[in-house]
Amino acid sequence: MATKSLHKRESDLANSNRQLEILSNGIFQNGELPTFKSKIAETNQFPLKAKKLEILQINVGYMCNQVCDHCHVDAGPDRKEIMTRDTMRQCLDVIKNTGAHTLDLTGGAPEMNPDFRWFVEEAAKAGIKDFIVRSNLTIIRANKKYYDLPEFFKKHNVHVVSSMPHWTRGKTDKQRGDGVFDKSIKALQELNAVGYGMPNSNLRLDLVYNPSGAFLPADQMSMEKDFKKALMEDFSIHFHNLFAITNLPISRFLDYLIASENYEDYMYALVEAYNPTAVENVMCTNTLSVSWDGYLYDCDFNQMLELPVNSKAKHISEYNEDLLEGRNIVISQHCYGCTAGAGSSCQGTVA
Amino acid sequence: MSKTYYDPADLRKFGKITEWSEELGNKFFDYYGKVFEEGALSAREKSLIALAVAHTEQCPYCIDAYTKDGLQRGVTKEEMMEAIHVGAAIKSGATLVHGVQMMNKVNKLDG
Repeated sequence: MATKSLHKRESDLANSNRQLEILSNGIFQNGELPTFKSKIAETNQFPLKAKKLEILQINVGYMCNQVCDHCHVDAGPDRKEIMTRDTMRQCLDVIKNTGAHTLDLTGGAPEMNPDFRWFVEEAAKAGIKDFIVRSNLTIIRANKKYYDLPEFFKKHNVHVVSSMPHWTRGKTDKQRGDGVFDKSIKALQELNAVGYGMPNSNLRLDLVYNPSGAFLPADQMSMEKDFKKALMEDFSIHFHNLFAITNLPISRFLDYLIASENYEDYMYALVEAYNPTAVENVMCTNTLSVSWDGYLYDCDFNQMLELPVNSKAKHISEYNEDLLEGRNIVISQHCYGCTAGAGSSCQGTVA
Repeated sequence: MSKTYYDPADLRKFGKITEWSEELGNKFFDYYGKVFEEGALSAREKSLIALAVAHTEQCPYCIDAYTKDGLQRGVTKEEMMEAIHVGAAIKSGATLVHGVQMMNKVNKLDG
């Protein structure tokens, strides 16, 4: 289990250009596997174009209390990239006027941004239909100052989406660190106690499952059934839906794939599971990702690969829905992660 | 020619058997796919049975395939190992139950 980010370790793979090189060389360069561009061209889906904006996803910083093995953000306590209140103000100008139905705050652990609560309070006033905060759960138990987060989320009618790799302690701690399972269970019980995730409750609590290793997620519905049964029987925990998300071969997961000699097999598995129906609904076509410093990306993954939007409006301060709609989505081989099987997005499967 | 009988990369080429006998190959894969669908047994239970049989058959391709399939389905390593013990128990039981035949023969010849 790593305790430092790739950036802190000054790993070769902390460099996004190096990651993109790996994703373009080898099996994709020698023609063993088709590039993502040629694959989507087979079904006349190239270039992928942005549709009307539905989801505005804002990454408020890469700092996190955990150092999960497969984090695509390379987040951790040593990451200092944090969104300032000035950039948040620029985001709020957009939030107040956007036609998007979903606002999605992510990180790192978004709660660690010192202006997080101010931002949530202000953003909630815009009355966006679905206001998501992606919480890693353990942050709620990390320090006394976070103990009241369930009440705070409730007050602002925030939709909580939380990571939970498995319903057993062993598999969860292996991926996310020792003690994560127990803290996550406690945090879920506390969220339940204020009404989150309870049957018929309007306080939405969804879990995100991503595989703990070099394999793809199984059927989302059957995983949800297994999670619900185990968490209810063992801990009396309720939640609403499970989102099964595929690990994309970037950042720490790419590092893991290469180190464990699983990279080629994993890319084969993604390409073999390619599903053109998933391409139609892939999240980059209705989502915009904003980085901690206000730059715009087609998705959180492209943000981490430092692949900015292909548009004249490149920063939240230049935000213009007309300019951004219809833009060509920037792609590379990591995109196979969102089109495998039933597809994958921050909202789970798409096909 | 490959110097070993088994190459893990050959598993990806399994579908190619259809190229030399299309009708039979397709019938096999249709049947295979149908067998593993949810039915009276769940797909998860079937995956564990497949893993146990993969071991008793000592098929390296099947072991790779159903270990990965199990992980995808959230099957734990403890469940996988127990399934293999079921296979092993039947294998050893099948050996030992023939001991009765040996005993019968001894009793007949030398009783």
